[in-house]
Amino acid sequence: MIIKQLSVFLEDKVGRLTEITRILTENSINITAFSIADAADYGIVRFIVSNPDAAVKVLKENKFAVNVTEVVCLIVPHKPGGLYQALKILSDNNITVDYMYAFALENSATVVIRSTSNDEVIRVLQENKMKLLKASDIYKI
Amino acid sequence: MILMIWNEFIETADREKLTKIQDERFAKMIERIYYNVPFYRKKLQEKGIGPQDITRIEQLNELPFTVKADLRDNYPFGLFTVPQSEVVRLHASSGTTGKPTVVGYSRNDIQIWSEVVARSLTMANISKSDIIQVAYGYGLFTGGLGVHYGAEKVGASVIPISGGNTKKQIQLMLDFGSTALACTPSYAAYLGESIQKEGIDKKQIRLKSGIFGAEPWTNELRQQVESLLGLKAYDIYGLSEIIGPGVSMECECQNGMHIFEDHFVPEIIDPDTLQVLPYGQVGELVFTTLTKEAMPLLRYRTRDLTRLHVDKCECGRTLVRMEKCLGRSDDMLIIRGVNVFPSQVEAVLLEMNEASPHYQLVVERENNLDSLEIKVEINEHYWSDEIKIIEGLRKQIQHSISSTLGLTAKITLVEPLTITRSEGKAKRVIDNRKKI
Repeated sequence: MIIKQLSVFLEDKVGRLTEITRILTENSINITAFSIADAADYGIVRFIVSNPDAAVKVLKENKFAVNVTEVVCLIVPHKPGGLYQALKILSDNNITVDYMYAFALENSATVVIRSTSNDEVIRVLQENKMKLLKASDIYKI
Repeated sequence: MILMIWNEFIETADREKLTKIQDERFAKMIERIYYNVPFYRKKLQEKGIGPQDITRIEQLNELPFTVKADLRDNYPFGLFTVPQSEVVRLHASSGTTGKPTVVGYSRNDIQIWSEVVARSLTMANISKSDIIQVAYGYGLFTGGLGVHYGAEKVGASVIPISGGNTKKQIQLMLDFGSTALACTPSYAAYLGESIQKEGIDKKQIRLKSGIFGAEPWTNELRQQVESLLGLKAYDIYGLSEIIGPGVSMECECQNGMHIFEDHFVPEIIDPDTLQVLPYGQVGELVFTTLTKEAMPLLRYRTRDLTRLHVDKCECGRTLVRMEKCLGRSDDMLIIRGVNVFPSQVEAVLLEMNEASPHYQLVVERENNLDSLEIKVEINEHYWSDEIKIIEGLRKQIQHSISSTLGLTAKITLVEPLTITRSEGKAKRVIDNRKKI
C-alpha cells in the first residue's frame, strides 16, 4: 500500500521543470500525479510516476537532487463528504499529515497523503474500509 | 611511524647550523641583487645599505620589502638578475588585474625546485615505488610542472595528465593503479564525488597519498577528501613568486607545513606597522629567497596570514612550521567593515553533515550598503522533501554563519553541482562591488 513518490529539489530558474518532464518523456515514464511546494527561491516537485526506480536513475544521471519518499494514496468517491470521512478517521486516531495533494483517476479522486506515520495511516484507513491504491495499480497507469 | 626524510642533513639540522647556511647564502643573495637589479640597488641605497654591510640573516629586518606591485611595475623581466640566455623557464600567474606576474628560472633554480618538491613528496610517503597522477594544470601555472620535476627526482612514475577531463582521470587512476594524486583540494573533492557517483568500488582505488594545495582549504575538507578517496591528504604550500609548490610541506604529523629554510626564509609581520612579530603570532607571511638565481626576492609580502612554530616536530624535522593559511589577505573580504574569509564559511558548512561544502560568496553593494549572499549546494544524500525541514536547515546555516562571521548573510540553497567546480582553482567569491 506504500507508494514511492519522487521529490526533486529545484532552484527558481526558467526551464528546470521543463527539463525534468523532457527527461521523463524521453525515457517513456508517465507522470500520474504531481504537486509543487514552493519556498522563496526554490521549490520541491513531488511526482508519482509509472516507474519510480527508472525515474530516479535518469534524473540522477542528469544531476537533479532527487529522493524517494513513501506516501499513501487514498481513493475518495466523487461525492460531498468523501474527503471529510477519510480525514476524520485520521484525526480521530490522532494522526497528523505532513502534506497532501489530489489527482483524478477515472471516476474517483485520489489523495496522496504523506505522514510520518504512514503505517498507521494505512492501518486505520483499512480498518474503516477506505480504499487505497496499490503500487501495482499506479505503475500500470 | 617515522617516514623517510629526503635530505636529512638540512631537514634535521639544528638552528645554529641552519643559521650559518642562511648567513652565507643571504650575503651572496644581497650582493647578487645589488649589482644586477637597479630596482633593488636603488631601494638599498636609499637605506644607505651596501652589500658589504650584510653578513647575517638577522639583519633581514633592516631591509626593504618587495610587493606584488613591484613585480608588475618591472614587467616582464625587470627583476631578473641574470641575462635571458641563463633563463631556462618562464612561468606566469593569471593576473586578475592587468598584467600577469612573470617569474623566471635558471637551470639551477629548476634543480632547487625539484629538490624542495622531492623533499615534500618524501614527506607524503612518496618514493620510486609510487605512481603519481599529477592533475595540477601544466602550463604557465607552476603547479603541474613543479610537482612533475620533484616526482621524477624521487623516481616515482609520473602521469602528467594535467587538470580536467575527469572521466579520463578516473580511468587512468584505476587502470594504472595510481598511488598518489596531486591537485587542488577542490578538484580532489570533485574527483572523489565523481567516483562515488559512478558507483566505483573504493577498493579498486589504490591511492594512499594526496598532495593538495594552491588554494586555501580547511581541515574539514581534508577529512572529506580523505574519506572519499581513501588516502592521507597532505597540504603543500607555495607561490609562483617564490618558486611554486614546495615552499613548505606538511609531514605525516599533519601539524603545520615545514618551510625549507635553507632556500626560503620566512618572517611574520604586522601588515599595518610592518614590524616583525615573534613566533606564534598571527600576521602576514614574508619570504626572502636565498638561492634563487634568475629572480631572487627580498622580503616578499605574500599577503597570506598565518603563524610560525619553531619547536621540533615529532617527525624529527627541525624546520620551522607554518600553520595552514587563514586565507590570503587578498581573499579577505571586508563586508560592512567585517573581515570575512571564504575558509570560515567552508568550515561552518563542513561541520554540518546536511550541507555540502560547495559554496560561493556573492557580494553586492546597493545604496552604499554591502550585502553578502552565500550560495550553498544542497547535499543530495541528505535532504528532505519537506519545505519546513529545508527551511530549518537554511536557518541553521544562517545562524552558524552569522555567529562565526559576525555578519548576517542571505543563504540561498542551490541544486547539486551547479556551483562551478574548478578544474583549477575554485571560484569561491564573486565580488560585484568592484565593478561599480
